[in-house]
Amino acid sequence: MTDVTEAVPVPLTTRKDWSSDQEVRWCPGCGDYSILAAVQMLMPDLGVRRESTVFLSGIGCAARFPYYMNTYGMHSIHGRAPAIATGLATTRPDLDVWVVTGDGDALSIGGNHLIHALRRNVDITILLFNNQIYGLTKGQYSPTSEVAKVTKSTPFGSLEQPFNPLSLALGAEAGFVARTHDMDRKHMTEVFRRAHAHKGASFVEIYQNCNVFNDGAFEQITGKNVRADMLIPLEHGQPIRFGADGQFGVVMDDDGSVEVVEVASVGEDALLVHDEHKENPGLAFQLSRLSRGPYEPTPIGVFRDVDHAEYGEQMTDQIAAATERRGPGDFAALLRSGSSWTVN
Amino acid sequence: MSDTTTEETSPHLIDRVVIRFAGDSGDGMQLAGDRFTTSSALFGNDLATFPDFPAEIRAPAGTLAGVSAFQVHISDHDISTPGDSPNVLVAMNPAALRANVEALPQGATIIVNSDAFDERNLAKAGYEGDPLADGSLSAYTVYEVPMTSITTESSKDLGVKPRDAERSKNFFALGLISWLYTRPVEPTLEWITQKYAGKELVLEANQRAFKAGYHFGETAELFESSYEVKPAVLEPGEYANVTGNTAAAWGLIAASLRSDLPLFLGTYPITPASDILHELSKHKHFGVRTFQAEDEISGIGAALGAAFGGALGVTTTSGPGIDLKSEMMGLAISLELPLLIIDIQRGGPSTGLPTKTEQADLLHAMYGRHGEAPLPIVAAKTPSHCFEAVIEACRIAVKYRTPVMLLSDGYLANGTEPWKLPDLEDLPAIDPAFATGPNHTEADGTEDFWPYLRDPETLARPWAPPGLAGIEHRIGGLEKSDGPGNVAYDGANHERMTRLRAAKVAGIAADIPPTDVDHQDGAEVLVIGWGSTYGAIAAGVQRVRARGHLVDQAHLVHLNPFPDDLGDVLRRYKRVLVPEVNLGQLSRLLRAEYLVDAVSLTQVSGIPFRAAAMETAILQLIDELAADAKADEEGS
Repeated sequence: MTDVTEAVPVPLTTRKDWSSDQEVRWCPGCGDYSILAAVQMLMPDLGVRRESTVFLSGIGCAARFPYYMNTYGMHSIHGRAPAIATGLATTRPDLDVWVVTGDGDALSIGGNHLIHALRRNVDITILLFNNQIYGLTKGQYSPTSEVAKVTKSTPFGSLEQPFNPLSLALGAEAGFVARTHDMDRKHMTEVFRRAHAHKGASFVEIYQNCNVFNDGAFEQITGKNVRADMLIPLEHGQPIRFGADGQFGVVMDDDGSVEVVEVASVGEDALLVHDEHKENPGLAFQLSRLSRGPYEPTPIGVFRDVDHAEYGEQMTDQIAAATERRGPGDFAALLRSGSSWTVN
Repeated sequence: MSDTTTEETSPHLIDRVVIRFAGDSGDGMQLAGDRFTTSSALFGNDLATFPDFPAEIRAPAGTLAGVSAFQVHISDHDISTPGDSPNVLVAMNPAALRANVEALPQGATIIVNSDAFDERNLAKAGYEGDPLADGSLSAYTVYEVPMTSITTESSKDLGVKPRDAERSKNFFALGLISWLYTRPVEPTLEWITQKYAGKELVLEANQRAFKAGYHFGETAELFESSYEVKPAVLEPGEYANVTGNTAAAWGLIAASLRSDLPLFLGTYPITPASDILHELSKHKHFGVRTFQAEDEISGIGAALGAAFGGALGVTTTSGPGIDLKSEMMGLAISLELPLLIIDIQRGGPSTGLPTKTEQADLLHAMYGRHGEAPLPIVAAKTPSHCFEAVIEACRIAVKYRTPVMLLSDGYLANGTEPWKLPDLEDLPAIDPAFATGPNHTEADGTEDFWPYLRDPETLARPWAPPGLAGIEHRIGGLEKSDGPGNVAYDGANHERMTRLRAAKVAGIAADIPPTDVDHQDGAEVLVIGWGSTYGAIAAGVQRVRARGHLVDQAHLVHLNPFPDDLGDVLRRYKRVLVPEVNLGQLSRLLRAEYLVDAVSLTQVSGIPFRAAAMETAILQLIDELAADAKADEEGS
C-alpha cells in the first residue's frame, strides 16, 4: 500500500480539496467550526497527501470531525480512538494519524487509552476539544467541568475536582503538549502545525465553546477585549510576559512553583524564560498549574516539545533487527523449532 | 545389586498407559510430565496430555489447593483423549495423593515420595492417619520411594545445598517413570544440557537426579517388571508435539504468510490465552507485531486499527476479555473489516476457574453484542486442529470483511498431541483483494469510491486501507447508507443494511464443507459436538462400536453459520446426543434452528469429559431405542 504514491510529488491543494462532500452538522455557532476551518486550511500547507492522512475519532460532538475531512477516516466508539490509532500508526508508519477527541471522550471513558498512547509515544496527533461539558448527550457535566457546576445531572452542583488535561498529559510524560483556543485561528494553526511536525505523540488541548450547553465557558480569558490580559502566550527562549502593555509576567518561586507578577515590581530579568525542550517536564507541569481555570491568566502555546523514541518505529526496528539476526522467517523451520521426529 | 537375568527384566508389552504426575505447584510436575511426553513422542507413541494446575502461582506448600498435576496418555495406537483415569499416579506428597487418589481405578499403581509423608505434610493434606500405613490404599499397588533423600544424596559431592538439591526431585521421578516405561534417556539428558547451559551445578544436579531415578527403577527390585508401549502406527511424515496455543500462534503466522498480510496481535495477558502472545512475540523475523495493550479493549481496538490499515488484525483473550471486547466487535461488524478474535474459554462467570476448561462462551459468541450483530464462529476440536481452525477463521475474516471468533479452551490450549507437520504451500491461499480504485460512476460521469458497495456474490464490501489516492473515504459506527456508506438514519436503509449484514454471514454456509459425519450404515444415534469434546466423543463412540452397536459422530467446526446440510443430517437420526462442557448451549441452538429434539449431555466441573461418560450416555439412548422398538413390536 505504501509505495503507490511515493514517486509522485505531493500535489498542490486548497482547503476545498480537504473538505468532504458531507454537510457539517454541528450546532450553528459551535466552536468546532473554527477548529475544522483551521485544520482544513492548514493541511495544504503541510506538504502531506490526503491519501496518507487519517483522522480517527471516538464519540461526541468533536468525533464527527473525520466525516468532514476528505481524507481516510474512522468514527469509532467512545473513548477508544487512541487504541485504534495505536494499531494503525504502529503498522502504518507512512501515515499521518490524527485523533480528534473531546473532554468526555478522552478524559472520562477513554482516559486509560489516552495516557497509555502518550506514555508509549505512539506517532499520533491528538486534538482534544475541551468544552467542559457533555454536548452530544445534551448537557451533563464532564471531567473538566468546574466544581459546583450545575448541569442536568448535577442540579445541586458537581462535587468533582476537574482534570487539568495538560497536567494529565505531562504526567503521562507526553513529548509534545500544547494549548490553544477556538477564537484565534492563527494561533490554532501554528500550534497544529507544530503538533503535526512533532514525531511521536502530540497532545493539543483546544478550549472550545459549546454555545448551546456551556456558552461562554472561556469568555473570561478568550474574549477579544480581555484576551491580552488573560492569555499568556508561551514562546520558546522568551521571558514569559503578557498583558496589553506587557505589564505582566511569570516568575518561578524558590519552591519551584510559578506565579503571575507585575513586571514593574520584579524587573524584567526576574521573569521566567520558557524552555519547551526541557527534558524534565517539571517546568511545563508548573505552567500547566498556573491557572486554576479559565477565569485566571492562562498560558497558551507549546508547553513541551521534546523528542523521544517513537513506539511504532522502535517496533519496526525490532523486526528489522530480528530479521537481520535470524534471516527472514522460515516457516518450515518454525514448525521444527521444538522437538520433531519422522515416522517412516 | 541384582543379578537378575535379561529375560526377567525384559519389558512387559502393553498397548497404552495413562500416567499422572502430581505434586506441589513448585515441584516441577508440569515440567516432568512435559519431558516424559516429549520423549514418548520422539519414541513414536501416539499421545494426548492434560495439564491441570491451580490458579495460584504458589499456593501454600503441601496443601490440597497447591496440587499441580500433569496427565499423559501414551499408546501404540491412535488415541484421542488424555485418558479417563490414570493407571499410574506419581504423588510427590500427601496432598498430591489425596487430591488424585479418587481418580484411580482399582489396581492402579501409586508411586509416592515417601520422604514427604511426615506428620506435618499429612496434616496439611488433611490426613488423620498415614495412608501408607493404615491400609486405605489396599486396592492399589503402592511403591514407596524416598525420592527426596536419594535426590539429595546423588548430588551431595557437588556442594549443592540440600535445599537446592532437593529441587531436582522431579527429575528423579521422571527418571524412575522413564525406566518403568522404557523411555529413551538421551532426549531428556540432552534437553537438560541445553536448558541449564551456563548453570553447571543445576545442570549436573538435574542429570544426576534423573539418572538416579532411572537406576533406582532398574536396580531396586521394587518393581517386578518394566513396561513398554510400542510406537503407534502413524501416517509417515514429520511430527511435532504441540499445544493448542502453540498451534494457534503458528496458524496465525501461516495465515499471515498465505495472505501476504502483516500480522498484528493486540492483546492483554489473561490465562489461558497468554501463551499465544508469548509464542508470537518470539517470531518478529516473520514481520509479526505484538502489542501488549493497557487493557482488553485497547488490545482489540489496536487490532482493528491495524486491520483498517491493511494488516491481519488479531486479538486473543479468554471469557472476561470477551465481555470487554464486545463493543469493539460490534464496531468491527459495522465497519465490516477483517478481524480475528480468539477466545480461549475457561470456567466462568466472572473470574470463575481461570486455569480450568469450559465451553460456555458459545452463546456469548453468537449473541453477546447489542443490536443485530452476527459474526462467523469457528471452533477448534483438538490441540493441533487449532492451527487449521485459525487459518480457516482468517480466511473467512478476510474474504467476507468481518470479525470472526475462534473458540478454543483451556484444555486445548495446554493439552498436546502429535501433529503431522504441514507444508506451507499446501495451506489455503488467502487473497486480501484490496480495493484498487474507484468502483462507482456518478450520473454525471465522475468516478468515485463507495466503501459499502458489495460484492454481489459474497456481499463483502471493499477493503481499502489508507494510502491509495482517489478512494479516500470515511467509515464509522453510525449506520451508513447501502452503497455510498454515508451516515444514514432512515429506517428503510437500516432495515436493508441489517439484513445485508446478516445475509453476508449466513451466506458463508455455501463456502464451508458439509457436515462431516463418521457414519455407519444403519446407525440411529448421532453424537454431535463442537470444540474440545471431540476426543472424548470419538473415544466413547469407539467403545460403543466395539460393543457391537451402531452410532455416528459429527463434530462442528463452523458454528456460525452451520453447514448447509446440518438440518438434513440431524433429521436422519432417531436420537441426537449433544455433549458439551456447559449447560447445553449448542443443543439449544440446534433445537431452535432445526426443531430437533436433541438430548443434551453436560458437565461443568473444570475438566474434560471422560470417554466413559460418553459411552454410558450413548448406550442409554441405544437401549431406549431398543426398548421403544420392542414396545412397538409388542403393541402391533
